[in-house]
Amino acid sequence: MALSRNDFEYVRELLRTECAIVLEPGKEYLVESRLCPLAQRLGLGTLDALIAKLRREPVNGVHRQVIDAMTTNETLFFRDLHPFETLKKTIVPELLQRRAPARTLRIWCGACSTGQEPYSIALLLRDNFPQLFGWRLQLLATDLCRDVLERARTGRYNQLEMNRGLPASMLVKHFAKVSADQWQLREEVRSMVEFQEMNLARAFPPMPSFDLVFLRNVMIYFDTETKRAILARIRRVLAPDGYLFLGCAETTLNLDDSYETVTLGKTMCYRQKAATAGAQTF
Amino acid sequence: MKALIIDDSRTMRMIIGRILRELGFEIHEAGNGIEGLDRLREIGQPDITLVDWNMPEMTGFEFLKAVRAQSEYDSMKLMMVTTETEMNQVANALDAGANEYVMKPFTKDVIKEKLSLLGVA
Ligand SMILES: C[S@@+](CC[C@H](N)C(=O)[O-])C[C@H]1O[C@@H](n2cnc3c(N)ncnc32)[C@H](O)[C@@H]1O
Repeated sequence: MALSRNDFEYVRELLRTECAIVLEPGKEYLVESRLCPLAQRLGLGTLDALIAKLRREPVNGVHRQVIDAMTTNETLFFRDLHPFETLKKTIVPELLQRRAPARTLRIWCGACSTGQEPYSIALLLRDNFPQLFGWRLQLLATDLCRDVLERARTGRYNQLEMNRGLPASMLVKHFAKVSADQWQLREEVRSMVEFQEMNLARAFPPMPSFDLVFLRNVMIYFDTETKRAILARIRRVLAPDGYLFLGCAETTLNLDDSYETVTLGKTMCYRQKAATAGAQTF
Repeated sequence: MKALIIDDSRTMRMIIGRILRELGFEIHEAGNGIEGLDRLREIGQPDITLVDWNMPEMTGFEFLKAVRAQSEYDSMKLMMVTTETEMNQVANALDAGANEYVMKPFTKDVIKEKLSLLGVA
C-alpha cells in the first residue's frame, strides 16, 4: 500500500502549516508506518482512505490525530544527564539566591512529550532543594500532542520507560507499582507539574516570565524561519537573567544573536545578552 | 575499563557483553555468584559489575551482600540486571549496596544510560 506522491505532499503540507514540522522528502516510510495503524483504528482500512477523508473535511479532530501520530515523542528521564547535574550544582542554587526576595521560581518545558522531562526537574527540585518549600514554584509543561499530554498527566510509565535514565533510588522513593508493567509517580510529585496543550508554531498565549525554559529536541523538526520565530517569542517570556536549555543538536547560533551561550561544565545553555534582555518589541 | 557480567544465561552474558564491548569495556564473565567472587579475586576490581538475581549456587543478591561485606570492594559499582521488578526487591537490592538496577528486558540505550548515571562510560 504505497503512498502516492500527492498524498505524501498533502501530509507534508498539513504538518508544515499546522505545527511547523518539516517532513523531508524520502520520509514516506514514516508516514506509512505511523498512519496505517491510525487508518485501521479509525475503521478506514487504508491510508488512501484516511488521506481522502482528510482532504474532504476541514481541519478537525481526525487531522489532529494524524498530527499526533506523526510527532516523534521519544524522551526519557534525565535525558543527557549533564544538564540536570548543572541545574543541581550551579543554576538552581544561583536562582535560589537571586529569587529569594520574591520566593518565586517559574520553569517551562515547551515540548514535554510524556512528561519525563518536567518530572525529572520536579524530582530534582524535591530531592535536593528542600529550601523551596514555601516558595511559589510553577512548573509548566506543554506539548502540541494531546495523547502524550494525557499520558503525562497520569504519571504512569511502563517498564522500558522506567528503565530509561531514572535512578533506581528515585524509582523506589517516588513511584508505586500499579500493575505488572506499570509504575506511577506519586501524587505529591505529579501535582508539582501543570500540563497544557500549546503549539510552539503559533503565537504564544499570555505567559508569565520564566526563570528556566526547556525547549529540548523539538526545534530539530522545524525549518530555520520557524526556529527564528520561536526563539524570538521565547525572549519575551524568558527572564532577563533566565536560562534557555536546548537539545544537544540544537543551538541559537546563526539563528538569533540576541542570545549568548553560557558553558557550564559539559552543559551549554543560553541567556539573553544584557543589552537586548527585556527590550524587545513585537 | 573492566566489566564483570554475572548471569547464568550464556545468551544474556553475550548480549550484555556485546553492548559493553562496544563502549570500550574489557569483559569478564561468571555463571553464578560463587564464580563471580572467584573472578573478582582473579581480575581485581572491575569498573562495573552487572549481576543477575536468580542464579544457581549463589544468587545475585547473596553475591551483593558477600561483596559489600568486604571493604576492599566498597567503591566497586554494582548494577543488578534482573527480571525481578517488585518495588521491595529494588529497595532491598539498593539497601544491600547495589548502585543501580535494570529490569529485564532492556535495550542497549538502557544500559548506556544507567552507566552514565553511575559515572562509568
Ligand atoms: C522528541 S520529543 C522531546 C521531548 C523532551 N523535550 C526531550 O527532550 O526528551 C518532541 C516533542 O515535541 C512535540 N512537538 C512537535 N511539534 C510541536 C509544536 N509545533 N509545538 C509544541 N510541541 C511540538 C512533540 O509532540 C513531541 O512530544
